[in-house]
Amino acid sequence: MSDDAHVDGNAVGGMMIEAFGAEMTAARSCCAECGTVAALGALLAYTRAPGDVLRCTGCGVVMLVAVARPEGVRLSLGAVRWIEPPAGPPAPAAP
Amino acid sequence: MAAAVDETPGVRSLVLDCPGWPGHLPGQHVDVRLTAEDGYQAQRSYSIATPADGTRLTLTIERIADGEVSPYLADELRPGDGLELRGPIGGWFVWEPALGGPLQLVGGGSGVVPLMAMLRARAAAGADIPARLLLSARSWDEVIYRDELERLGAGGGLEVRFALTRAQPPGWTGYARRIDHDMLGEVAWSPEEMPRSFVCGPTGLVEAATRALVELGHDPATVKAERFGPTGGPG
Amino acid sequence: MGFVSRGFRGRRRADGPPGRVPPGQYVVTDFPVLSAGPTPDVPLDEWRFTIAGEVDDPVSWSWDEFRALPSERVTKDIHCVTKWSKLDTDWEGVSLDVLLDGVDTAAEYALARSYGGYTTNLPLEDLLDGKAWVAYAFGGAPLEPEHGGPARLLVPHLYFWKSAKWVTGIDLLAADRPGFWENYGYHNYGDPWLEQRYAGD
Repeated sequence: MSDDAHVDGNAVGGMMIEAFGAEMTAARSCCAECGTVAALGALLAYTRAPGDVLRCTGCGVVMLVAVARPEGVRLSLGAVRWIEPPAGPPAPAAP
Repeated sequence: MAAAVDETPGVRSLVLDCPGWPGHLPGQHVDVRLTAEDGYQAQRSYSIATPADGTRLTLTIERIADGEVSPYLADELRPGDGLELRGPIGGWFVWEPALGGPLQLVGGGSGVVPLMAMLRARAAAGADIPARLLLSARSWDEVIYRDELERLGAGGGLEVRFALTRAQPPGWTGYARRIDHDMLGEVAWSPEEMPRSFVCGPTGLVEAATRALVELGHDPATVKAERFGPTGGPG
Repeated sequence: MGFVSRGFRGRRRADGPPGRVPPGQYVVTDFPVLSAGPTPDVPLDEWRFTIAGEVDDPVSWSWDEFRALPSERVTKDIHCVTKWSKLDTDWEGVSLDVLLDGVDTAAEYALARSYGGYTTNLPLEDLLDGKAWVAYAFGGAPLEPEHGGPARLLVPHLYFWKSAKWVTGIDLLAADRPGFWENYGYHNYGDPWLEQRYAGD
């Protein structure tokens, strides 16, 4: 069940700035299914799709789905128990 | 675009001048968007190869056969041409000298690009931070930044090891296979030294290397990865 | 429009013959692979296709049973919501008319389910009357896993996200229920000729 066609949340960092208004790859998330805690930048990302799908690194469940609609990105939450902002000073980010 | 530098036969660096650039951290990337005359757009992400330098930043582009964006960037773009960028992007896969080390860098192919930004930042800061780079490439001629890496490696404090997976020069005594658990066991910092590890390159290589580092005892929280997708990527 | 990248033309795309290509689409000659998750690995001796839901008795086929059903070879144009269209694609599969033959139901809706968890919904009538197949071959060869093999749903009159890869069954439903992309912002029906890409279009 493994393949090379995925990347990770780093690749959708630009989309996350659009959706959240802030750099989010260093934010931490907790999977609602299995409890795995990971940086959003570390989540498995399937980006060759009609949207970007971020999956838990522990159990593979869908955690976030981003769809770029004409009016802007819609970010849907799947199996997310919580998201916390990153610790430490923020990195420079695209406006 | 200000200037272009040919790194290897298949790889070219673009030196860009970006008015209003807010600066960036080593490891961050930009999203590049190309627009054709009929409005068609294509977008790709490229890691920044250099540490912050005013309005200047360098992207290193690997020309992907049948690619859509990379051939344009590597072959068509000329000094004076404009390029639409969004960035800098990324706050997790970043390192700067202030974070300290030891620094453990593992890369494959064009995965060396963000790692190079880290090493260049380390060199520019005169930082006395011990660092090790294990870099995989298909052949000696395909090692990006080869001369600079050899120079930086000779200066002390940085050990560079290469794994050439497809072809090796005569007399090669380095690794001649893909990065694996045993190789990392031999060249990586030990977990007791508590290195900060950054792994970047094709997805397969990244997952094998991060798994191996964790198996060797490294705290997963200290191992950060950036996957570039399948070898060759979308191009 | 704004900034134009001098000299950039993009991937090889064409407008296609008039009338063949829905609005906003371009024609490609390769076959892009899109996926929301890892490619499932389904051994044929474990594969099943099941019709369940608002039926008295679910019906189910093993791979051998499925392949023994009457099948057809069809040539269709397919249209992906990400704007590429591929003309005259060659498929072999079992029509949903065959699979649903004898299935008694009052349901008006269907939810296709796939190995790996993907789902997509459509009105039951969009699966009937020669509009849909469970396809196991493409271009005369067994369907490759990255394109949905062992078998995928093929519903070419709707955007291709409705043609669920790695399909494992259809649930017949009394009430419509959004599938994966429908839930995340794409159109509930997805008619390419009306450019029904996003919810609210």
